[in-house]
Amino acid sequence: MSSSSPNATPSKAVAVNAAHLSAITSHIDNNAQKPGPLLPILHDIQNDIGYIPDAAISEISKRLNLSRAEVHGVVSFYHHFSTKPRGRHIIEVCCAESCQALGGRDLQKHAKDKLGLDWYQTSKDGEITLEPVYCLGNCACSPAVRVGKQILGRVDNDDFDELIEELTTVPVTLMEGR
Amino acid sequence: MSEYNKIYIPRDSSSLSMGAEKVAVAFQLALQSSNTNDTTIVRNGSRGLYWLEPMVEVDTPEGRVAYGPVKARDVESLVAQGMLEGKQDHPLCLGLTEEIPYLKKQQRLTFARAGVIDPVSLDDYLATDGYTGLKRAIELSPQAIVDEVKESGLRGRGGAAFPTGIKWQTVLGAQSAQKYIVCNADEGDSGTFADRLQMEADPFGLIEGMTIAGLAVGATQGYIYLREEYPHAHEILDEAIAIAEQNNYLGDNVLGSGNAFHLEVRLGAKAYICGEETALLESLEGKRGMVRPKPPIPALEGLFGQPTVVNNVLSLSTVAIILAKGADFYKDFGMGRSLGTMPFQLAGNLKYAGLVEMAFGITLRELLYDFGGGSFNGKPLRSVQAGGPLGTYMPESQWDVKMDYEEMAALGAVLGHGGIVAFDDSVDMAEQARFSMEFCVVESCGKCTPCRIGSTRGVEVIDKIRAGEDREDNIELLEELCETMVDGSLCAMGGMTPFPVQSALKYFSEDFS
Repeated sequence: MSSSSPNATPSKAVAVNAAHLSAITSHIDNNAQKPGPLLPILHDIQNDIGYIPDAAISEISKRLNLSRAEVHGVVSFYHHFSTKPRGRHIIEVCCAESCQALGGRDLQKHAKDKLGLDWYQTSKDGEITLEPVYCLGNCACSPAVRVGKQILGRVDNDDFDELIEELTTVPVTLMEGR
Repeated sequence: MSEYNKIYIPRDSSSLSMGAEKVAVAFQLALQSSNTNDTTIVRNGSRGLYWLEPMVEVDTPEGRVAYGPVKARDVESLVAQGMLEGKQDHPLCLGLTEEIPYLKKQQRLTFARAGVIDPVSLDDYLATDGYTGLKRAIELSPQAIVDEVKESGLRGRGGAAFPTGIKWQTVLGAQSAQKYIVCNADEGDSGTFADRLQMEADPFGLIEGMTIAGLAVGATQGYIYLREEYPHAHEILDEAIAIAEQNNYLGDNVLGSGNAFHLEVRLGAKAYICGEETALLESLEGKRGMVRPKPPIPALEGLFGQPTVVNNVLSLSTVAIILAKGADFYKDFGMGRSLGTMPFQLAGNLKYAGLVEMAFGITLRELLYDFGGGSFNGKPLRSVQAGGPLGTYMPESQWDVKMDYEEMAALGAVLGHGGIVAFDDSVDMAEQARFSMEFCVVESCGKCTPCRIGSTRGVEVIDKIRAGEDREDNIELLEELCETMVDGSLCAMGGMTPFPVQSALKYFSEDFS
C-alpha cells in the first residue's frame, strides 16, 4: 500500500536498486538480438520500472556499443519516455484538433486545475501524472482521455472528476488481519 | 434457433471508450441468469458508426439486428423485451444493421469486414474471402503481382498518394539479399482513425496485404510500426500475428509456397514526425526520429540501408482486396486519377461521426451533412480541417469540392489520410492557426531550420497579431514566414504546417483583427 499512501515520496527513490538493475539487464538481454533493439528495450524498461533510470542509459550504451549521448538522445527525443519516476496512473488528455472542436481546450484547463498540475507533472502523493497527447484515434468520440491502456470518449469535466475519484479511491483495509 | 445464437459486442478502442466492456459484462451476467447458455458473445470490431457505439448486434434469420447506443443499464430491458430472439420492440433497436442508411449508402471494400467478424478469428476471416488474395498471389510471378497493383491505380492512402505499384516496382527491381516491408501505422493526424479501426477490426487484412507485398518484391521480413497511443491495436495485432504463424500464413514457408515472410509489431514512442517515412525508418533502427534527406529513396535504401516498401495500413490492406477481386474491380470505383475507394473519417463537431468508405468523388458537403448530420451541438458549422493537422481549414465556399486528390489539390487543400474535422461557429481561427505552429514546435524533429525555428517564431508572431501589436506588419511577416517554411523545409512537417495558417489568414481573416 505504500505506493498509494499520500505520504509516500517515490520521487526520492531515484537511486537505482538492485532489482531495477537486474530488470534492466534482462530487458536488454531479451531484445539485444533484434535488429534495431533500442526502442523495444526502452519500452520494456519503462513498462516495468515506470521510467528510464540513468543507470539504464549507461547499461544500454555499454551493451549496444553506443555512446551515452546517443542513448540519451533517443530517450529525450520521444515524448513517451521519461527519465523521472512518474505517477501510479498516467492521465493523457488529447490536445489535438478534433478534441478542440468539442471543448478539448476547456477539458485541458479543467484537468490542470483539478489536479493542480501542469503537463508532465506528478501529484505530490505520487498518484497521478498529467500528460498531453496528440490524438488517440478516438476522434469520432471527442474529447478523449487515456489512462494506462484505457481510452475514454466524450469526456466532460464531470466525467474527468469522476475518473480522478475512481483512481484515487483506495479500498479501506482497516479490518484486515483481524 | 441454434445458428442464431450470437451477440456481437465491439472491442475496438472507440467502442470501449464509450463503455463496451461494461456492456459485455452486463450481457454475460444476463445470459448466465436467464439460462440462455447456448448464446455466445462475439467481440467484433466496430462498423465505424461511432455515435451508435456501443452498438450491439444479434443474429436473426433476416440478418443481424442492431441496438445502440447501449449502456450497461439497458441490458436488462433489452433482454426482457426479447432482444436475444431478435425482437425489434426496444427503443434502442436500429433494425437490420445492413439497412442503417449510413452504412447502406457506403461502398465498403477495404472495410468490408470491419465490425462483421471477430478480428482474431482466422475462421471468420477465411469465411469472408480472407486470404483469397494471397492464394492468388502465390500463383503469380512477382512482376504479375506488381502489375496488378499498378493496374488497380491504388495510391498511397497514408496521405502522399504516391502510386503503390510504382513504389513496389522500384523495390522489386532493386538487387539485395534482404528487403523489407514496413507498414506505417503511425496514424498521428488528428481526425483520423481508419488505420486503427482496420487493425482492430480486421488485422488479418493487413497481415495478408503485407505478405502479398513480401511475395511481390522479394522481402522476407515485415515490420508494423505502430504508434504507442494505440494499445488495443497492439494487442489485437500481436494476437492475430501469432495465429497467422501457427497456421502457416506467416513463417519460413508461407502456405507451402517456399516463400518466407515474418512479421513483427514495433512500437513508436509518441513522435508525430515518425509518420514521415524516413523518420519512421530511423526510429525503427533505434535512433531519434530525424528526417532523412531524399534521395536516396527508401525503395532503394530504406530500413538498415536495404530496399524497403513503406506503405500505410490502408494501402497494404487494400492490396489484399485488389489481389482477391482483381484490379478491374477496384478501379471501377473512383474518378480521374483517384481510383478505388477512400475511407473518410468524420470527426470533431459532427453529429454522426464515424467511418465513411466511399468512392472518390463524393463532395465534402455530402460527407458533412448527408453522413455527418451537421454539427454535434446544433450550432452552424464554420470551418473544416481536412487531411490532418497539416491540412488547410476550408470555408463553406469550398465544401462542394469533390473529394479526390486532384480536386482538393486544385483548391490548395489536402485530402491526405482522409480525416475531416469540423468546427462550429465558436471556433477562433487565429487560435487554430497558433495551434498549428505550436504543434510544429512540439513535434518538429529539429533537423531543418525553417521547421525548427520557424514554428517557434510563428507562434510568437501570431501571439502579437492576436494582441493587436503592429497587426498589419506582423501579418505580412507571418505570410513571409509561412512561405519560407513551405519552400525551405526538408519534409512535409515544416513544409505543410503553414497550410492551415495561410488558409486561416485567407478565409477567416476577421478572426485576426
